[in-house]
Amino acid sequence: MALLQISEPGQTPNPHERRIAVGIDLGTTHSLVASVRHGVAECLPDAQGQVIVPSVVRYLEGGGRQIGFDAIAAGVGDPQNTIASVKRFMGRGLKDVALAGRLPYQFVDHPGMLGLQTVQGEKSPVEVSADILATLRYRAEDTFNADLYGAVITVPAYFDDAQRQATKDAAQLAGLNVLRLINEPTAAAIAYGLDNASEGVYAIYDLGGGTFDISILRLTQGVFEVVATGGDSALGGDDYDHALADWVLAQTGVAAASASDKAALKTAARACKEALTASDSVAFKARVAGAEVVFDVKRSDFEAATQKLTARTLQAVRKALRDAKLEPSEVKGVVMVGGSTRMPHIQRAVGDYFGQTPLTNLNPDEVVALGAAIQANQLAGNNPGGDLLLLDVIPLSLGIETMGGLVERIVQRNETIPCARAQDFTTYIDGQTALALHVVQGERDLVADCRSLARFELRGIPPMAAGAARIRVTFTVDADGLLSVSAREQVSGVEASIAVKPSYGLGDEQITRMLADSYASAESDLQARAIAEARVDADRMILATQSALDADGDLLDAAQRADIEQLMRQVRAACDLDDAPAIEAITTMLAKGTEAFAALRMNRGIQQALAGKNIETI
Amino acid sequence: MNLQDNDFELFGLVARYAQDRAALDARWKDLQRQVHPDKFADQGAAAQRVAMQWSVRINEAYQRLKDPLKRAAYLCELNAAPVNAENNTAMPAPFLMQQMQWREDLDDAQGAEELEQIRLQCLSAKRETLQNIEQLLDDAHDYAGAVAQVRALMFIERFMADVDARLDEIET
Repeated sequence: MALLQISEPGQTPNPHERRIAVGIDLGTTHSLVASVRHGVAECLPDAQGQVIVPSVVRYLEGGGRQIGFDAIAAGVGDPQNTIASVKRFMGRGLKDVALAGRLPYQFVDHPGMLGLQTVQGEKSPVEVSADILATLRYRAEDTFNADLYGAVITVPAYFDDAQRQATKDAAQLAGLNVLRLINEPTAAAIAYGLDNASEGVYAIYDLGGGTFDISILRLTQGVFEVVATGGDSALGGDDYDHALADWVLAQTGVAAASASDKAALKTAARACKEALTASDSVAFKARVAGAEVVFDVKRSDFEAATQKLTARTLQAVRKALRDAKLEPSEVKGVVMVGGSTRMPHIQRAVGDYFGQTPLTNLNPDEVVALGAAIQANQLAGNNPGGDLLLLDVIPLSLGIETMGGLVERIVQRNETIPCARAQDFTTYIDGQTALALHVVQGERDLVADCRSLARFELRGIPPMAAGAARIRVTFTVDADGLLSVSAREQVSGVEASIAVKPSYGLGDEQITRMLADSYASAESDLQARAIAEARVDADRMILATQSALDADGDLLDAAQRADIEQLMRQVRAACDLDDAPAIEAITTMLAKGTEAFAALRMNRGIQQALAGKNIETI
Repeated sequence: MNLQDNDFELFGLVARYAQDRAALDARWKDLQRQVHPDKFADQGAAAQRVAMQWSVRINEAYQRLKDPLKRAAYLCELNAAPVNAENNTAMPAPFLMQQMQWREDLDDAQGAEELEQIRLQCLSAKRETLQNIEQLLDDAHDYAGAVAQVRALMFIERFMADVDARLDEIET
């Protein structure tokens, strides 16, 4: 139970200072948005009271789109323009998508990320995801009747840099300020408060509609380390429905002929499966081949018919534990995620395997979004006393290609992020003025077995004898696990420093174009939005600067302080104008003008940490 | 306190080999609590950049301090006795003889049990080397001597990785 915070009498904090921050579970089959309200994380419902948005977007001829339940209902007759499970395509090329030929979409192959041809032209998976995210953003803004400060978005633990970058790009496109990307299993663990628990190994068993993920997390000193992940990207609750429908058909001798028969059976099986969670026996009812099929299904029948599926999930669990070099008995807690884990026989099978009752008291559909909301609330600064600090690790090693197609590993998997590594390279022939670098991600020794992240060239190296140049390439992985690479030639002192975005991510121009596309129909809207967003950013910057001055203003001399205060006045004045570029420009000046002050404050923070330590040791 | 301080200064520790791992971990967490970019998520881009620099620096120091081999090599370096592992692979003859013997044993090994035997030998050699390192660094302050032991430990660790790879092969 979270404690409510009560202010000193007469010192009620300004309600405007509470920032609206949300957690978003951008799922394969459905997505949710949650926020901390009155100290408790809860999912935000739509006007009909539904918290779930199916991750389905339908593009309509002549413009406009349907999202969620509407898209599913209308999309049956229009599969090519109704994009479901777009998460599978994020940061992926056509060759990466299993069974692409069986999907009803018209794929466009691009190096990096594939595209989908619709009646509204080609759509990138990033754009489709952005449409889902925007729906959730509007829901949150309507709920609070305020602009969002920011969002924490969850991604699977095994997502590589390209997939994470694509997710972040989608959020940016949807107009969200991304506070952090966090791993789905970590979010589930936070929702259960495991970050406050004692240290140990936890298993997160996530059975969704169409995918199964198992993650083994180790919690030490507040760090959630992903020790192993596994699963089956083609196994989920839908397979349980199919198995049940097939079993009923076999028992009754009825054959499903048409597509509508199959759809009716699927719907009936799903209803029957869900009813069996609460009752021991349920009537299976479906209209097949013009006749009514009615058949009593006992829970034990259902369990027998789907036993093989459950066994397959446990096989993946065993493999993940083997990868982690752990026994089931070493696992301290098991968290159940995904609607399909409501099935009693799954809970029993998992409980038997680990020798303990799994954690099920939170809604398994919501648990990931709830955890993300708790993290978002903390990052927005709404919970100053909060102690939650998530230190993630990088899921896959980063390296560069060297001679012979071998990988030179630069950042090792499971290293705590943020981190940076520098490596020196030199030229191969006399007078060489450029150097090609190929960045890959993966654990294998051959470049061909790893995932290509980026290729870039460093140009403008002054001509020197072979081996004389010293090119220092720096890899920086930020707290979200996203990579940036920069390079500079050391010997000549010539700065040829560049920053590279992985080729699977979108360039800033692409994002700008997509943004322009999505608002092209309403030019004035676009402007109004730009001004509103610039004001929010300016406001945020002023608040941050003011609170920094209040806390550590003594670090500045009178002149420095006057400079900063002058800049703040200019930002406030600019906010009264209806001119987004002007507001942005002066906000950037304030950011630059406070950089030195920020460094001073950080140093003070460190010194205080050290001082605290010294008192402890004395 | 600044980014250029050495790892021990940054963590407020005495610059010696023997360290309490639990205290080191707690200190790391404590420092990250002060500097992690998440703590400044609401304070603008400038604070984010500075926080990122500090956070990276503290993680870098932590990676080095928590690993006995890296910590020992770092101490040698701080005391003007760099290990130079890439350029200097000269080792005493008896050590090389023992390495060759291990390599032969590894090539001849049949099954997991024999591999485990080799692994145990390596582990005890590693423990012994670490004890030598501690004595040379903390008591004798013989940094040149410690460098030789650090190099030996690098050989042992590389060999153990090969043994583990063979064990993985057998298990799968």
